Amino acid sequence: MASGSTTPIAATARAEASPLPGLIKDAGLFALVTLGLCVPIVSYRTDLGQGIGLVITSRWGTVFALCAAIFVLRFLQQLYLGGRDRRRAARAPIAVVEGASRLGAILAPITLGIALTLPLLAALGAGSLGEGRYWIDLGILILTYVMLGWGLNIVVGLAGLLDLGYVAFYAVGAYSYALLSTVFGLSFWVCLPMAGLFAAAFGVLLGFPVLRLRGDYLAIVTLAFGEIIRLVLINWTDFSGGSAGISSIPRVSFFGLPFTAGESGFAATFGLAFNPMHRLVFLYYLILVLALVTNLVTLRMRRLPLGRAWEALREDEIACRSLGIDTTITKLTAFALGAMFAGFAGSFFAVRQAFVSPESFNFLESAIILAIVVLGGMGSQIGVAIAAIVMVGGPELLRNLGFLKAVFGEGFDPNEYRLLLFGLAMVAMMVFRPRGLISERTPSVTIAERGR
Amino acid sequence: MEFFAQQFINGLTLGSIYGLIAIGYTMVFGIIGMVNFAHGDVFMVSAFIALIAFLILTTWLGLSSVALVFLIVLVVAMVLTALWGWAIERVAYRPLRGSFRLAPLISAIGVSIFLSNFVQVVQGARNKPVPPLVRDVIVLYQNEQYTVTLSYKQAIIMVTTAVLLAGFWYLVQKTPFGRAQRAVEQDRRMAALLGINVDRTISLTFVLGAALAAVAGTLYLLYYGVVSFSDGFVPGVKAFTAAVLGGIGSLPGAVIGGIIIGLIETFWSAYFSIEYKDVAAFLILIVVLIFKPSGILGRPEVEKV
Repeated sequence: MASGSTTPIAATARAEASPLPGLIKDAGLFALVTLGLCVPIVSYRTDLGQGIGLVITSRWGTVFALCAAIFVLRFLQQLYLGGRDRRRAARAPIAVVEGASRLGAILAPITLGIALTLPLLAALGAGSLGEGRYWIDLGILILTYVMLGWGLNIVVGLAGLLDLGYVAFYAVGAYSYALLSTVFGLSFWVCLPMAGLFAAAFGVLLGFPVLRLRGDYLAIVTLAFGEIIRLVLINWTDFSGGSAGISSIPRVSFFGLPFTAGESGFAATFGLAFNPMHRLVFLYYLILVLALVTNLVTLRMRRLPLGRAWEALREDEIACRSLGIDTTITKLTAFALGAMFAGFAGSFFAVRQAFVSPESFNFLESAIILAIVVLGGMGSQIGVAIAAIVMVGGPELLRNLGFLKAVFGEGFDPNEYRLLLFGLAMVAMMVFRPRGLISERTPSVTIAERGR
Repeated sequence: MEFFAQQFINGLTLGSIYGLIAIGYTMVFGIIGMVNFAHGDVFMVSAFIALIAFLILTTWLGLSSVALVFLIVLVVAMVLTALWGWAIERVAYRPLRGSFRLAPLISAIGVSIFLSNFVQVVQGARNKPVPPLVRDVIVLYQNEQYTVTLSYKQAIIMVTTAVLLAGFWYLVQKTPFGRAQRAVEQDRRMAALLGINVDRTISLTFVLGAALAAVAGTLYLLYYGVVSFSDGFVPGVKAFTAAVLGGIGSLPGAVIGGIIIGLIETFWSAYFSIEYKDVAAFLILIVVLIFKPSGILGRPEVEKV
């Protein structure tokens, strides 16, 4: 990592001065450290044996394979970095920015096109709508995360407030619908806006006391808040059903028409043959519309004075205050708006699953959503969408690839490695491309001279 | 009263462990101003290292001397966890100096997710129990209804904590490294101009923090006799609460904060409800951060342009 802290010029000079032996020595050092880190946590696996106590088995083969992999990776990385720094020195950095946003501009309509026609594509690809079910389910899952990512993007990407308890608002939305529908028998379409409002209210409630805190303290307090919500949901059994959760939540209806085979059902009313897939396709378009609304609101907000104030706040809070921007109101609106979208997504989650439990709203979920926002390049809409597709859809696709099983053995499950890779990707992102993978986060307005 | 005394002893034990972890948070925050979110998971990794070292010593090598086993496990865990601390700083935090404000925290969250899932992948998701190393208790007070005891485990934990803290205190206050560390904490650029190797000092801070977390991890394993891959998060947050409560950046503050958190948690569980004991810790964190972010012994922070 030495090259990360030195200037490109110094790195170039060093790469030229010490070619191969230096690189091998450096990579060897990395492999050696890896070896040290793997002892004993990788080299000896503990398992519960037949009797009492643990049984240990040694796995030095894995350790040496890991060390060799690190050696090769580091070697290639240094080779590449040496070349890249030399190329960089000859090129203005602004060109990179333009190239990146052009990529975003190409990807956006393609992604949207695929998203709009996914049920059709799935039906055509798999033969019938029923057989395309897997793809539509996956699409719903990805879009839920896209929506959550866009919602959190308002808070983290635009306003620059690191929120580690975002999943709390998601939980508030889910439980609002679950409770309102099971206890009071309210319909989904009444509960959806209410869930958003409840979540927004929670956002304001949390926001008021904590928003004067500095960045990382704010992050920790939001984390604590998210955990408190989860612990209360687990322990307050009378209210939330405890860790068993709430089940048999009413299903979604087509604006009042239920998706049933009966006379008054959706299919009969429109003269279609009954197909259980109708509900799924409807759910797919519902989350797509919700996500697109989130996106649209965000894009419009960025043009309003309030949205500009968010971005200004992200860049420099003290300057903002000096210019007379009310930082409390500005932060609070970002918080409330982000929370509201999480509330919508939450009630969608509840209506899709027909079951909610505190399990679904742990810190890891917050971390995944945050990872999506970070990897998408905080503030970039298309970046967040692509990151959600890659991070949620990617492991699902990997699971079905047969050759991975052939390489790593029959018991290989890529989902096990999903979060491990999430973590690594977050670190790598901060180290190598802190401004985002797909797109750069650029201010909505810039003074003309700065763009040159 | 007897019940209270017993809970006091239990709380003190728990507080010692939190205090040891909290020092890692407070030192790192003091020197580079970042919340090392992964520290709780470093603590968890150290407990696993201690677990495996313990199993190798007792089942493969057949060592039976309790003191010897404990010492070897402690040293092995400290050395290997220190290596983890060093490597994490080197790979995930050092390249980020001068990056935007939240970059180190996000990177640390990444490390935290990586570590817990790494351990889950390589060691499995099940809880790992170990046979108790020592079972004896010292009876401090006894009447018809109630016995107040101090178990050997608790005594070992308190004594180890006290001895290590004394050594650590000496290191920070009296040695050239300690002086360098305090200098870097006050003004990094000035310290560099005066010939202090800033990178090395920061590295060593992480190494020391990780080593103390390893002590906490070993003691945790000794005390509870079980560890799992997800055991880093909650103790980590509680230790961070301790660091904030004591005044982040202040070493004695971290220990005092740890003991207070340990006591509050124990008394809360004993007198109110055990289900909400984690809520208590999180509430303290929120309340302290909102009303007195400088903590008990910390200096108020001045925001500079």
